[in-house]
Amino acid sequence: MSQTRKFMYINRHAPYGTVYALEGLEVVLIGAAFEQDVCMAFIGDGVFQLKQGQDTTDSGMKNFSPAYRALGDYEVNRLYVERESLEERGLTEADLMPLTWEDEEDDWAEKPSIQLVSRAQLSGLLEEQDVIFNF
Amino acid sequence: MAFELNGKTYETDEEGYLADLSDWNNDVAGYMAKEDDCDLSEYHWEVINFLREYYDEYQIAPAVRVLTKAIGKKLGKDKGNSKYLYELFPYGPAKQACKYAGLPKPTGCV
Repeated sequence: MSQTRKFMYINRHAPYGTVYALEGLEVVLIGAAFEQDVCMAFIGDGVFQLKQGQDTTDSGMKNFSPAYRALGDYEVNRLYVERESLEERGLTEADLMPLTWEDEEDDWAEKPSIQLVSRAQLSGLLEEQDVIFNF
Repeated sequence: MAFELNGKTYETDEEGYLADLSDWNNDVAGYMAKEDDCDLSEYHWEVINFLREYYDEYQIAPAVRVLTKAIGKKLGKDKGNSKYLYELFPYGPAKQACKYAGLPKPTGCV
């Protein structure tokens, strides 16, 4: 097995209207099988992907937001949300789904997956990655 | 593709996965298993029912690694391992069990 690399998946689009969000999520779930060091970032309209209480009934599209709750099972435990993007859209962390992961090394304690970061912090995180995917 | 069972036609994709999740019933699972020369025991049903619940909650069919871990947590360590699951579903636990459960092919399964 080759060395573990740092992967970041950046999500920039609102969940519905285009196929970016769903396709991006599927790539993350597929890629998780390769046991790399995976995180996701949500910037711009991408922050809407994590919004609580999504209802797609009238659009006729499948509401795939419950699938973000499975990310912890796939060991994708770090979801960085850009604070400025949230604020620009009148949202706070309380508007987002309470996503968690279970820490096997800490007696399966549930820990929050979402971390709010500033634009400057995110830029630092980008620097650290080996591979970046944009959706 | 499609198959007929008890006078009703069921649409499937080219690999035999049910096209419409809501078409599913126990007889469909039994029929699909028979086609693979597999008789469904209560242990098969445990996994099939687990997968349906998982899909209900997360809207995805879990990858085999995730399924194995989750089964171990729910049904006990003696069942949450690939040996046990492959004995039940020799064509691949996620793939084969998802098919009988009426789910799409698992995400991350090639």
